[in-house]
Amino acid sequence: MTKHLISSADLSRTEVEDILETASSMHDLQRREVKKVPTLRGRTVINFFFEDSTRTRSSFEIAGKWMSADTINLSAKGSSTSKGESLRDTAMTVDAMAVDALVIRHHASGACHQVAKWVRCSVINAGDGTHEHPTQALLDAYTLRTRLGDLDGKHVVIVGDLTHSRVFRSNVITLKTLGARVTVVAPPTLMPSGIAAWSAADGFATSWDLDAVLGGDDPVDAVMMLRVQRERMSGGYFPTAREYTVGYGLTRDRLERLVARNEDVLVLHPGPMNRGLEIAPEAADAPQSVVLDQVSAGVAVRMAVLYHLLAGDDTPPPTSTPVAHEGAAR
Amino acid sequence: MSEGDISRALRRIGHEILERNKGSEGLVLLGIPSRGVPLARRLAGCIEDVEGTAIPVGELDITLHRDDLRRNPVRTAHRSRIPAGGIDDQVVVLVDDVLYSGRTIRAALDALSELGRPRAVRLAVLVDRGHRELPIRADHVGKNLPTSRDERVHVRVDEVDGLDVVRISGGESR
Repeated sequence: MTKHLISSADLSRTEVEDILETASSMHDLQRREVKKVPTLRGRTVINFFFEDSTRTRSSFEIAGKWMSADTINLSAKGSSTSKGESLRDTAMTVDAMAVDALVIRHHASGACHQVAKWVRCSVINAGDGTHEHPTQALLDAYTLRTRLGDLDGKHVVIVGDLTHSRVFRSNVITLKTLGARVTVVAPPTLMPSGIAAWSAADGFATSWDLDAVLGGDDPVDAVMMLRVQRERMSGGYFPTAREYTVGYGLTRDRLERLVARNEDVLVLHPGPMNRGLEIAPEAADAPQSVVLDQVSAGVAVRMAVLYHLLAGDDTPPPTSTPVAHEGAAR
Repeated sequence: MSEGDISRALRRIGHEILERNKGSEGLVLLGIPSRGVPLARRLAGCIEDVEGTAIPVGELDITLHRDDLRRNPVRTAHRSRIPAGGIDDQVVVLVDDVLYSGRTIRAALDALSELGRPRAVRLAVLVDRGHRELPIRADHVGKNLPTSRDERVHVRVDEVDGLDVVRISGGESR
């Protein structure tokens, strides 16, 4: 296992499967009266969120606490970042406090990759710009595997704003790692540039026509709806919200047709949902929807990630400032 | 130990557990992965042969409670399978293949305390090889094998390895 989790591509199939297996033992913990194991006692995890987040931040915090690590939350507002400190200085300052892991969400793609070069502690990417969100992909894979079993050969359709979606990028990588077949659907304006080369190299399909994919010859096992990211929309990607819904939303009509073909089809959404825009309330609350399973898997999967990065052999790397131990010569 | 030795030892342990518990009332067997689990199932079979009642068997994964996590590469944690009746007020018999330092059992006791409060916890092992590092002892032992620390005890069970045998290897004098 690598020291950092920056990209879903850092993980081999065996590593993904080990994390998901560990996550299932963590998931059992959630149903117990005493939701705590001593495994990461004495470790410190800092959640540094430069962007707003509910589920990712709270689930990382809960995950750390249930593993008995000390967790601290920092946000850009209220930290020295608001006084103009650079990302590098902030990261190195936090690292100098001898923390064990830094969980980072940042609005710039590649921020975690940079930070990992500057610090000694483990770095976990909790979403960097429009780049990646590896723990989201792991929890989606966990949710899918719980319902579908082995994902080898299963057909997953990812729909929505692919250009701005880190969830999509990480999900494609993890799903392909686990042997699933992936089709991604977006309006031409929200299809990332260069996707033709990527899809050819990694073996996934792309389409502009949602109805053709959902009603096509290849039966669909799961549909993942992506959020329309209003905060990243500088306008001009689609004429009106209504038009987006008609072309690419999981409407009641589309859900009915999907369910008629496969009653056990799964509907996923990484949240937060724009009900009525990319997903109709009927679809969000349908028996096929596993949106809340995804949230509940989030804590278990993040516990498993912290465990795999932090629990093992911790031969300290050579440091420039040796930590003074009590009783040591001064 | 041959296949016959192992099955005789398990049958005897089954009788001892029943004798100590005065019947099979309230018994729960929990195997410690990996090889404690098939041993626990077989032990339950032996007890069922004698008493005619099935007793609950589960698995207790102790990975998250180990005290040597930081000294080793990460191990994957697995799910514990606790019988539906739970362990509260039951007599839990932990089953493992080899008792050595006692650290595994220490971890198992910790894991157990998070799952409930058994009336009593007992320990059954196929092999006790000595060299305890903690004040822990087994209630039921298949065979005491005096060993030196540089020897290795190999327990192979049919369900995992395709054969039943206990062997010692390594050391200087053997």
